[in-house]
Amino acid sequence: MSDLLYAYALTRPTAPAPPGGTRGVGGAPVRVVRHAGLAAVVGPVPADEFGEAALRERLEDLRWLEATARAHQAVVAAVAPLGSVLPLRLATVHRDETGLRRALDAGRERFAADLERLDGCVEWGVKIYAVPAERAERPEPSAPSAFSGSAGREYLRRRRRERERQEHSGRRIAELCRHVHTELSRHARNARLHRPQDPRLAGTPDRNVLNAAYLVPRDRSRDFAARVTALDMPGDGLRLEMTGPWAPYSFVTEPTEPTGPAGPTGPTGPAGSEPGGCPA
Amino acid sequence: MSTSTSPDLDLRGHPEVSLVDLLDRLLAAGAVVAGDLTLSIADVDLVRIELRLLIGSVSALTPLAGGEPR
Repeated sequence: MSDLLYAYALTRPTAPAPPGGTRGVGGAPVRVVRHAGLAAVVGPVPADEFGEAALRERLEDLRWLEATARAHQAVVAAVAPLGSVLPLRLATVHRDETGLRRALDAGRERFAADLERLDGCVEWGVKIYAVPAERAERPEPSAPSAFSGSAGREYLRRRRRERERQEHSGRRIAELCRHVHTELSRHARNARLHRPQDPRLAGTPDRNVLNAAYLVPRDRSRDFAARVTALDMPGDGLRLEMTGPWAPYSFVTEPTEPTGPAGPTGPTGPAGSEPGGCPA
Repeated sequence: MSTSTSPDLDLRGHPEVSLVDLLDRLLAAGAVVAGDLTLSIADVDLVRIELRLLIGSVSALTPLAGGEPR
Protein backbone atom coordinates (compact mmCIF):
# COMPACT_ATOMS: atom_id res chain seq x y z
CA MET A 1 0.00 0.00 0.00
CA SER A 2 1.26 3.49 -0.73
CA ASP A 3 2.25 6.01 1.90
CA LEU A 4 0.23 8.92 3.23
CA LEU A 5 1.61 12.26 4.34
CA TYR A 6 1.69 13.04 8.07
CA ALA A 7 2.10 16.74 8.92
CA TYR A 8 3.71 17.54 12.29
CA ALA A 9 4.09 21.29 12.40
CA LEU A 10 4.00 24.49 10.39
CA THR A 11 6.81 27.02 10.40
CA ARG A 12 7.74 30.06 8.40
CA PRO A 13 9.22 29.23 5.00
CA THR A 14 12.43 30.98 6.05
CA ALA A 15 12.96 28.70 9.07
CA PRO A 16 15.99 26.42 8.89
CA ALA A 17 15.25 22.82 7.92
CA PRO A 18 14.85 20.35 10.81
CA PRO A 19 18.18 18.91 11.99
CA GLY A 20 19.35 15.99 9.85
CA GLY A 21 18.29 12.70 11.34
CA THR A 22 14.99 14.06 12.69
CA ARG A 23 12.61 11.14 12.46
CA GLY A 24 8.88 10.99 12.93
CA VAL A 25 6.23 8.32 13.20
CA GLY A 26 7.58 4.86 12.44
CA GLY A 27 11.12 6.24 12.37
CA ALA A 28 10.54 7.82 8.96
CA PRO A 29 12.69 10.88 8.14
CA VAL A 30 10.92 14.22 7.91
CA ARG A 31 11.11 16.80 5.15
CA VAL A 32 9.73 20.27 4.50
CA VAL A 33 7.01 21.25 2.04
CA ARG A 34 6.97 25.01 1.36
CA HIS A 35 3.73 26.44 0.08
CA ALA A 36 1.46 29.46 0.53
CA GLY A 37 4.02 31.37 2.56
CA LEU A 38 4.28 28.49 5.01
CA ALA A 39 6.49 25.48 5.58
CA ALA A 40 5.02 22.17 6.65
CA VAL A 41 7.21 19.58 8.35
CA VAL A 42 5.97 16.25 7.04
CA GLY A 43 6.86 12.60 6.79
CA PRO A 44 5.48 9.46 5.18
CA VAL A 45 3.25 7.09 7.15
CA PRO A 46 1.87 3.74 6.01
CA ALA A 47 -1.65 3.88 4.57
CA ASP A 48 -2.66 0.67 6.32
CA GLU A 49 -2.20 2.41 9.68
CA PHE A 50 -3.28 5.93 8.87
CA GLY A 51 -6.19 5.51 6.49
CA GLU A 52 -9.49 6.62 8.00
CA ALA A 53 -10.84 3.28 9.24
CA ALA A 54 -7.46 2.03 10.47
CA LEU A 55 -6.70 5.30 12.19
CA ARG A 56 -10.03 5.37 14.00
CA GLU A 57 -9.27 1.93 15.38
CA ARG A 58 -5.64 2.60 16.21
CA LEU A 59 -6.44 5.72 18.19
CA GLU A 60 -7.95 3.50 20.84
CA ASP A 61 -4.86 1.34 21.07
CA LEU A 62 -2.87 2.74 23.99
CA ARG A 63 0.49 1.46 22.84
CA TRP A 64 0.04 2.77 19.30
CA LEU A 65 -1.34 6.09 20.52
CA GLU A 66 1.57 6.62 22.88
CA ALA A 67 4.20 5.75 20.26
CA THR A 68 2.54 8.05 17.72
CA ALA A 69 2.11 10.91 20.21
CA ARG A 70 5.74 10.66 21.32
CA ALA A 71 7.00 10.57 17.73
CA HIS A 72 4.83 13.59 16.91
CA GLN A 73 6.12 15.49 19.93
CA ALA A 74 9.75 14.61 19.12
CA VAL A 75 9.47 16.22 15.67
CA VAL A 76 7.74 19.31 17.06
CA ALA A 77 10.41 19.62 19.77
CA ALA A 78 13.18 19.33 17.17
CA VAL A 79 11.66 22.09 15.05
CA ALA A 80 10.58 24.47 17.85
CA PRO A 81 14.02 25.89 18.70
CA LEU A 82 14.51 26.94 15.06
CA GLY A 83 11.86 29.66 15.04
CA SER A 84 8.15 30.22 15.41
CA VAL A 85 6.30 26.93 15.21
CA LEU A 86 2.67 25.92 14.96
CA PRO A 87 2.29 22.38 16.27
CA LEU A 88 -0.44 20.48 14.46
CA ARG A 89 -2.99 18.22 16.04
CA LEU A 90 -2.16 14.53 16.33
CA ALA A 91 -2.76 12.47 13.19
CA THR A 92 -3.03 15.28 10.66
CA VAL A 93 -2.75 13.01 7.63
CA HIS A 94 -3.23 13.94 4.00
CA ARG A 95 -3.47 11.59 1.08
CA ASP A 96 -0.66 13.36 -0.77
CA GLU A 97 1.19 16.62 -1.18
CA THR A 98 -1.60 18.10 -3.29
CA GLY A 99 -4.02 17.65 -0.42
CA LEU A 100 -1.60 19.22 2.02
CA ARG A 101 -1.10 22.22 -0.28
CA ARG A 102 -4.84 22.71 -0.53
CA ALA A 103 -5.10 22.67 3.28
CA LEU A 104 -2.32 25.24 3.57
CA ASP A 105 -4.09 27.43 1.01
CA ALA A 106 -7.32 27.21 2.95
CA GLY A 107 -5.80 28.21 6.28
CA ARG A 108 -2.91 30.41 5.19
CA GLU A 109 -4.09 33.62 6.86
CA ARG A 110 -4.89 31.97 10.17
CA PHE A 111 -1.58 30.06 10.20
CA ALA A 112 0.53 33.09 9.25
CA ALA A 113 -1.16 35.22 11.92
CA ASP A 114 -0.55 32.51 14.54
CA LEU A 115 3.12 32.15 13.57
CA GLU A 116 3.47 35.90 13.99
CA ARG A 117 1.62 36.02 17.31
CA LEU A 118 3.33 33.01 18.87
CA ASP A 119 6.85 33.90 17.73
CA GLY A 120 9.31 33.76 20.61
CA CYS A 121 6.79 32.23 22.99
CA VAL A 122 6.67 28.85 24.68
CA GLU A 123 3.94 27.11 26.60
CA TRP A 124 4.31 26.07 30.24
CA GLY A 125 1.93 23.63 31.83
CA VAL A 126 1.04 24.15 35.47
CA LYS A 127 -1.11 21.68 37.35
CA ILE A 128 -2.39 21.99 40.89
CA TYR A 129 -3.16 18.89 42.90
CA ALA A 130 -5.13 18.76 46.13
CA VAL A 131 -3.25 16.46 48.46
CA PRO A 132 -5.62 14.09 50.27
CA ALA A 133 -6.44 15.47 53.72
CA GLU A 134 -5.14 12.42 55.58
CA ARG A 135 -1.69 13.08 54.16
CA ALA A 136 -1.76 16.83 54.59
CA GLU A 137 -3.26 16.94 58.08
CA ARG A 138 -3.38 14.68 61.11
CA PRO A 139 -6.37 12.34 61.11
CA GLU A 140 -9.36 13.05 63.33
CA PRO A 141 -9.75 10.65 66.22
CA SER A 142 -12.10 7.82 65.33
CA ALA A 143 -15.62 7.29 66.67
CA PRO A 144 -15.85 6.11 70.28
CA SER A 145 -16.34 2.39 70.71
CA ALA A 146 -18.70 2.74 73.68
CA PHE A 147 -21.74 4.54 72.29
CA SER A 148 -22.91 6.15 75.52
CA GLY A 149 -25.08 9.31 75.48
CA SER A 150 -22.34 11.90 75.82
CA ALA A 151 -19.91 9.95 73.69
CA GLY A 152 -22.59 9.76 70.99
CA ARG A 153 -23.12 13.51 71.08
CA GLU A 154 -19.39 14.03 70.96
CA TYR A 155 -19.21 11.71 67.94
CA LEU A 156 -21.92 13.67 66.10
CA ARG A 157 -20.17 16.93 66.93
CA ARG A 158 -16.98 15.55 65.45
CA ARG A 159 -18.81 14.40 62.33
CA ARG A 160 -20.22 17.90 61.87
CA ARG A 161 -16.83 19.47 62.43
CA GLU A 162 -15.34 17.11 59.88
CA ARG A 163 -18.02 18.03 57.32
CA GLU A 164 -17.49 21.72 57.94
CA ARG A 165 -13.76 21.25 57.62
CA GLN A 166 -14.25 19.54 54.25
CA GLU A 167 -16.52 22.30 52.95
CA HIS A 168 -14.08 24.89 54.18
CA SER A 169 -11.23 23.00 52.54
CA GLY A 170 -13.10 22.89 49.20
CA ARG A 171 -13.63 26.65 49.28
CA ARG A 172 -10.05 27.22 50.30
CA ILE A 173 -8.73 25.03 47.47
CA ALA A 174 -10.84 26.93 44.93
CA GLU A 175 -9.59 30.24 46.33
CA LEU A 176 -5.95 29.18 46.24
CA CYS A 177 -6.36 27.91 42.66
CA ARG A 178 -7.87 31.19 41.59
CA HIS A 179 -5.04 33.04 43.24
CA VAL A 180 -2.36 30.94 41.52
CA HIS A 181 -4.09 31.18 38.14
CA THR A 182 -4.54 34.95 38.41
CA GLU A 183 -0.93 35.46 39.45
CA LEU A 184 0.46 33.27 36.69
CA SER A 185 -1.85 34.77 34.05
CA ARG A 186 -0.45 38.17 34.95
CA HIS A 187 3.01 36.89 34.02
CA ALA A 188 1.87 35.26 30.80
CA ARG A 189 0.73 36.53 27.40
CA ASN A 190 -2.19 34.17 27.47
CA ALA A 191 -3.63 31.36 29.54
CA ARG A 192 -5.80 28.38 28.82
CA LEU A 193 -7.45 25.85 31.07
CA HIS A 194 -7.47 22.20 30.12
CA ARG A 195 -9.82 19.74 31.72
CA PRO A 196 -8.47 18.43 35.02
CA GLN A 197 -6.80 15.08 34.51
CA ASP A 198 -8.19 11.81 35.74
CA PRO A 199 -6.02 10.77 38.71
CA ARG A 200 -5.91 7.20 37.39
CA LEU A 201 -4.49 8.38 34.07
CA ALA A 202 -2.16 10.81 35.78
CA GLY A 203 -0.98 8.04 38.08
CA THR A 204 -1.31 9.99 41.32
CA PRO A 205 -3.65 9.69 44.31
CA ASP A 206 -3.87 13.49 44.42
CA ARG A 207 -6.84 15.23 42.83
CA ASN A 208 -6.01 17.48 39.88
CA VAL A 209 -7.88 20.72 40.56
CA LEU A 210 -6.24 22.96 37.97
CA ASN A 211 -4.73 21.98 34.63
CA ALA A 212 -3.55 25.17 32.99
CA ALA A 213 -1.28 26.24 30.16
CA TYR A 214 0.45 29.61 29.99
CA LEU A 215 1.95 31.30 26.97
CA VAL A 216 5.22 32.91 28.02
CA PRO A 217 7.94 34.69 26.03
CA ARG A 218 10.82 32.23 25.89
CA ASP A 219 13.27 34.66 27.46
CA ARG A 220 10.94 35.24 30.41
CA SER A 221 10.66 31.54 31.20
CA ARG A 222 13.01 31.68 34.17
CA ASP A 223 10.99 34.41 35.82
CA PHE A 224 7.82 32.49 35.17
CA ALA A 225 9.28 29.30 36.68
CA ALA A 226 10.43 31.28 39.73
CA ARG A 227 6.89 32.61 40.11
CA VAL A 228 5.48 29.07 40.04
CA THR A 229 7.99 27.97 42.66
CA ALA A 230 7.10 30.94 44.87
CA LEU A 231 3.38 30.08 44.63
CA ASP A 232 3.95 26.48 45.68
CA MET A 233 3.53 26.85 49.44
CA PRO A 234 4.41 23.79 51.44
CA GLY A 235 1.73 22.70 53.87
CA ASP A 236 -1.25 24.39 52.22
CA GLY A 237 -2.71 21.09 51.03
CA LEU A 238 -1.89 21.84 47.39
CA ARG A 239 0.94 20.69 45.21
CA LEU A 240 2.06 22.46 42.03
CA GLU A 241 3.60 20.69 39.09
CA MET A 242 5.15 22.38 36.11
CA THR A 243 5.75 20.85 32.67
CA GLY A 244 7.43 22.23 29.61
CA PRO A 245 8.52 24.12 27.80
CA TRP A 246 6.04 22.99 25.17
CA ALA A 247 5.57 24.34 21.69
CA PRO A 248 2.44 26.55 21.97
CA TYR A 249 -0.06 23.73 21.34
CA SER A 250 -2.73 25.26 23.56
CA PHE A 251 -2.66 28.68 21.96
CA VAL A 252 -3.25 28.12 18.28
CA THR A 253 -6.38 29.67 16.80
CA GLU A 254 -9.25 27.28 16.25
CA PRO A 255 -10.64 27.43 12.72
CA THR A 256 -13.84 29.47 12.61
CA GLU A 257 -15.58 27.46 9.93
CA PRO A 258 -16.23 23.82 10.77
CA THR A 259 -13.71 21.44 9.24
CA GLY A 260 -16.25 18.69 8.87
CA PRO A 261 -19.86 17.96 9.74
CA ALA A 262 -20.48 19.88 12.95
CA GLY A 263 -21.31 17.71 15.93
CA PRO A 264 -24.33 18.55 18.08
CA THR A 265 -22.17 19.58 21.04
CA GLY A 266 -19.50 21.53 19.16
CA PRO A 267 -15.83 21.41 20.10
CA THR A 268 -14.89 19.79 23.39
CA GLY A 269 -12.94 21.40 26.17
CA PRO A 270 -11.80 24.62 24.49
CA ALA A 271 -9.99 27.54 26.02
CA GLY A 272 -11.19 28.55 29.41
CA SER A 273 -14.76 27.44 28.93
CA GLU A 274 -14.58 24.61 31.43
CA PRO A 275 -12.51 25.53 34.43
CA GLY A 276 -13.41 22.19 35.93
CA GLY A 277 -12.78 21.77 39.63
CA CYS A 278 -11.19 25.16 39.98
CA PRO A 279 -13.19 28.17 38.82
CA ALA A 280 -10.94 30.80 37.35
CA MET B 1 7.28 21.30 43.45
CA SER B 2 8.01 18.67 40.89
CA THR B 3 8.95 19.67 37.40
CA SER B 4 9.37 17.87 34.12
CA THR B 5 11.58 20.59 32.77
CA SER B 6 15.17 20.60 31.78
CA PRO B 7 17.42 22.93 33.73
CA ASP B 8 18.50 24.87 30.65
CA LEU B 9 14.92 25.39 29.46
CA ASP B 10 15.52 24.09 25.98
CA LEU B 11 12.80 22.70 23.77
CA ARG B 12 14.03 19.16 23.20
CA GLY B 13 11.68 16.31 23.85
CA HIS B 14 11.94 15.06 27.41
CA PRO B 15 11.51 11.37 27.97
CA GLU B 16 9.72 12.02 31.24
CA VAL B 17 6.84 13.90 29.58
CA SER B 18 3.74 12.02 30.70
CA LEU B 19 1.29 10.62 28.18
CA VAL B 20 -1.67 12.47 29.75
CA ASP B 21 0.07 15.83 29.45
CA LEU B 22 0.97 14.98 25.88
CA LEU B 23 -2.58 14.00 24.95
CA ASP B 24 -4.03 17.15 26.53
CA ARG B 25 -2.09 19.00 23.88
CA LEU B 26 -1.98 16.64 20.91
CA LEU B 27 -5.64 15.60 20.96
CA ALA B 28 -7.41 18.66 22.37
CA ALA B 29 -5.06 21.41 21.20
CA GLY B 30 -2.70 21.95 18.27
CA ALA B 31 -3.48 23.60 14.98
CA VAL B 32 -6.26 22.09 12.89
CA VAL B 33 -6.02 22.02 9.12
CA ALA B 34 -9.02 21.59 6.89
CA GLY B 35 -9.90 19.36 4.00
CA ASP B 36 -8.53 16.21 2.43
CA LEU B 37 -7.59 14.63 5.75
CA THR B 38 -7.80 10.89 6.06
CA LEU B 39 -9.61 11.53 9.35
CA SER B 40 -10.50 14.71 11.18
CA ILE B 41 -9.58 14.16 14.79
CA ALA B 42 -12.36 16.59 15.67
CA ASP B 43 -14.81 13.93 14.53
CA VAL B 44 -13.26 11.35 16.80
CA ASP B 45 -14.90 10.61 20.11
CA LEU B 46 -12.18 11.76 22.49
CA VAL B 47 -14.10 10.67 25.56
CA ARG B 48 -14.14 7.16 24.18
CA ILE B 49 -10.40 7.27 23.60
CA GLU B 50 -9.87 8.49 27.13
CA LEU B 51 -12.02 5.72 28.47
CA ARG B 52 -10.03 3.16 26.56
CA LEU B 53 -6.82 4.68 27.87
CA LEU B 54 -8.17 4.47 31.36
CA ILE B 55 -9.01 0.81 30.97
CA GLY B 56 -5.63 0.20 29.37
CA SER B 57 -3.65 2.05 31.99
CA VAL B 58 -5.58 0.62 34.89
CA SER B 59 -5.09 -2.93 33.73
CA ALA B 60 -1.44 -2.14 32.97
CA LEU B 61 -1.05 -0.93 36.53
CA THR B 62 -2.81 -3.86 38.14
CA PRO B 63 0.25 -6.10 38.56
CA LEU B 64 2.04 -3.27 40.36
CA ALA B 65 -0.90 -2.53 42.63
CA GLY B 66 -0.94 -6.05 44.11
CA GLY B 67 -1.34 -6.33 47.88
CA GLU B 68 -2.80 -2.85 48.20
CA PRO B 69 -6.57 -3.43 48.42
CA ARG B 70 -8.57 -0.36 47.46
